[in-house]
Amino acid sequence: MNSAASTTAASSAAGTPPLSAKVVEPTIFDLSSPGRIGVTMPASDVPETDSPPQHFLRLELPLPELAEVDVVRHYMHLSKFNYSVDSGYYPLGSCTMKYNPKINEDTCRLPGFLFTHPLQPIETVQGNLALMYQLQEWLKEIAGFAGVTLQPAAGAHGEFTGVLMMRAYHKSRGDASRTKMLIPDAAHGTNPASVGMMGMTVVTIPSDERGNVDLKALQAACDDTVVGMMLTNPNTLGLFDEHIERVIELVHGCGGLMYGDGANLNALLGIVRPGDLGFDLMHFNLHKTFSVPHGGGGPGVGPVGVAAHLVDFLPEPLVGILEDAEDGWSPVYGFVKPAKTIGRMKAFNGHFGGGFVRAFTYIAMHGPDGLKDIAQYAVLNANYLQARLRGTYHIPFDRICMHEFVAEGQFEGSDVRALDIAKRLMDYNFHPPTNYFPLIVHEALMIEPTETENKDTLDAFADALIKIAEEAKSQPDLLHNAPSSTLFGRMDEVKAARELVLCCWLPEGYDLNA
Amino acid sequence: MTYIPISPHERDDMLKTIGVKSLDDLFDAIPAKHRFPKLDLPKALTEMEAYSELSDIAQANENVRGDLISFLGAGMYNHYIPSVIDHMLRRGEFYTAYTPYQPEISQGTLQAIFEYQSLMSALTGMDVSNASHYDGATATAEAVSLAYAQFRGKRKKVVMSPSVHPQYRAVVRTYTQGMDIEVSGDDQLPITNYQSPVSNLESLTSLIDDTTSLVIVQYPDFFGRVYDYTKLIETSHAKGALVCVVANPTALAMFKTPGDMGADIVVGDGQPLGIPMWYGGPSVGFFTTRKSYVHKMAGRLVGETVDNRGQRAYVLTLTAREQHIKRERATSNICTNQGLLALATAIYLSVLGKSGLKQVANLCYQKAHYAARELNKIKGYEISSETFFHEFVLECPAPVAEINAHLLDEGILGGYDLSQDYPSLKNQMLVAVTEMNSKEDIDVFVKILSEVKYE
Repeated sequence: MNSAASTTAASSAAGTPPLSAKVVEPTIFDLSSPGRIGVTMPASDVPETDSPPQHFLRLELPLPELAEVDVVRHYMHLSKFNYSVDSGYYPLGSCTMKYNPKINEDTCRLPGFLFTHPLQPIETVQGNLALMYQLQEWLKEIAGFAGVTLQPAAGAHGEFTGVLMMRAYHKSRGDASRTKMLIPDAAHGTNPASVGMMGMTVVTIPSDERGNVDLKALQAACDDTVVGMMLTNPNTLGLFDEHIERVIELVHGCGGLMYGDGANLNALLGIVRPGDLGFDLMHFNLHKTFSVPHGGGGPGVGPVGVAAHLVDFLPEPLVGILEDAEDGWSPVYGFVKPAKTIGRMKAFNGHFGGGFVRAFTYIAMHGPDGLKDIAQYAVLNANYLQARLRGTYHIPFDRICMHEFVAEGQFEGSDVRALDIAKRLMDYNFHPPTNYFPLIVHEALMIEPTETENKDTLDAFADALIKIAEEAKSQPDLLHNAPSSTLFGRMDEVKAARELVLCCWLPEGYDLNA
Repeated sequence: MTYIPISPHERDDMLKTIGVKSLDDLFDAIPAKHRFPKLDLPKALTEMEAYSELSDIAQANENVRGDLISFLGAGMYNHYIPSVIDHMLRRGEFYTAYTPYQPEISQGTLQAIFEYQSLMSALTGMDVSNASHYDGATATAEAVSLAYAQFRGKRKKVVMSPSVHPQYRAVVRTYTQGMDIEVSGDDQLPITNYQSPVSNLESLTSLIDDTTSLVIVQYPDFFGRVYDYTKLIETSHAKGALVCVVANPTALAMFKTPGDMGADIVVGDGQPLGIPMWYGGPSVGFFTTRKSYVHKMAGRLVGETVDNRGQRAYVLTLTAREQHIKRERATSNICTNQGLLALATAIYLSVLGKSGLKQVANLCYQKAHYAARELNKIKGYEISSETFFHEFVLECPAPVAEINAHLLDEGILGGYDLSQDYPSLKNQMLVAVTEMNSKEDIDVFVKILSEVKYE
């Protein structure tokens, strides 16, 4: 991002984009020059072997040629085109863009973690296995479950794992007629997509006027064909379901299983354990709740916790204790296979280095009280912002929220939309909230402040949104044309989809439009 | 220790604005009997204590950059990682950004993904690449979904070679258990003799029929062998089936590309391209295909466009394929990609470039062949004569577990014990050699094996 928001925004008050010098960075292929070398490998120290037979060989390797400094400058330039948590406030609803502690970056790069092979004999990786075992135990304790798999690579992957286990559970009981998954209308798109991958059908359950699951609709949908329900709680409106126990009772009453989407677990640390409420299984997002950085879109980490009756169905392998500790000897950790496992979800041991080590460091540094602080301050910040914006923005489900809330990005008599507000926020040097989600709120602006922002930042953000609401009335074009102070303006998305240029390298004679 | 930047005074001001007395008052919606559980966790560590504890844990491992000399591969490889990669990955602008949903302020991530897509297309010889999957195994499973969708669920058979990585095969089976798909090949064709790839391929070919949506083979295969799949692909196409080749990306710097052989989908794990082994993850699963299948492909996709100032720029495109739009009708539930690892791979390919990657591939090839020749000279040990890249099967005079235990005593991490996945391949070790193995390492390995007598 470029210079400070408020001044830049003021200077571009006319709302016309500056058409000064273009900031386009050439692609890595554009920068290539034949003969340049970035890294030289050592010469071979073994007696020469003939090349493979000619017909096996590759003739052309069309990779770019650059010096190391070219590569560094290129990626430095690109990095400056990004907004990030380290550079500013990122209140992206349901994404929990909290600060990523720097110590995590050091611990996960310790040589003992970086340079161990996943298939090494267990006696040579007892440190890794102990860390994984401990993390399994901690996640069980934090969310109230009897078993945890660390294997899933992301939240959506965890959901898929969960749905496979739900299916396997019913199947193992000879209960083959269950094909319906109940999903509230406020759910993330990954929930129905995970179900779709299994050939099950989705039954959408509406929300009531207070943002809870509509109990009447739920009751009507509950029958002996229900696999279970996938519920995000607090939901994507940032609201804790006021009848959660009744919801779970209804689902259990018809023989269904209760799946928790742990996207919003940040609000519950030390506040309530989903397992205690009766959830049968839930995925964690270590990249949201436990500070694993989002990495520009990944890697995520999506462990799944399960109640006792589902432990046997967990993916293989889990980390277990093969020999108990005794007489001053540490226990021996190793891999174990659950009795009725659904199988393997990915190769090797999950997102160990980039995921487990960072989350482990974070939990170790918080302890029980620190975790509770996280949830309390995340909820404090969200309610504070909601209070500051109340009256300027319509909040359709207006009550004490959890870690996030949803406002409407539209004003009576104005053609300004949530998208315009989101883009205008960039001119004030803020990352926009999530918009157009959840689908049940018109022109939704979904705001999740997280616990790692101070009051000054929250006030500046609220001030900006209030100012934007005024601009929407007085100078709507400022919003329609926003952002104007960023390095790039709004994109032609139609052109991207129509022309479909997905690659800056094409084989000789390749006709893109053929 | 926490990272909360709010003073008690500010907290009280904020509570007043909200209109509640205490933090606990914000949680009235939580059922009282379950509210505020006492968590049985160790008490918080300071940064200094945490670093020390994590260092102790890491030191309880034996790593392959100091403690052990490694000849273990089997899908994850010990390669040199140029210093520049991690310096770039540690830019907060890259690693603390979210998925690039707001293109105006995410051009760094978007252009990097676009370049990753370009580099992977160039490397595999295919038209298009997506923004990546979780790993090579899940990318392979997504190929099954693409083919299934391509034939609208009418072709229900997937033919998978038994010489595809055992864990990849396991993941394909897990992914398809809820779908109306029959996976055949890898269990019908037990490998009894890894030295007969041709007969295996012929038996594999015999399983392909007009109900087959996808044929999956690996290149080099799990046993390290390089095989030209052109004929198999022609036969598959004649039956109307698509072919997915699981490829090792380093090998593609030396060997003919799957694209040249006519493959429809090329997937694999990008770990060899600048990503540490990290005890198994995270890495990146690459997925490349023909332009005609792009609408059926899962995963994020970045396309070129212009912004409203006429500047070249990039956006996530064809999002209508994805879960947040299509919900239960999406081909896949995949949400994110492996952003930071795709970036690592792109930087690796950029900085090594045309000559560097060829050098790496050649070093792997030379050293592996030297090791194979030397091992073959030891009485009781034998290697096959197949064309291979940097990994080969060593027939041993005793169970591999026994030999590996002995090697470990001498500081050597031996090869993969194939009998774990292929019971008929007892006494067969899969040995991997990369540019990280010096001649001296190899000679020590050979010397230790030649000194031990097995009955």
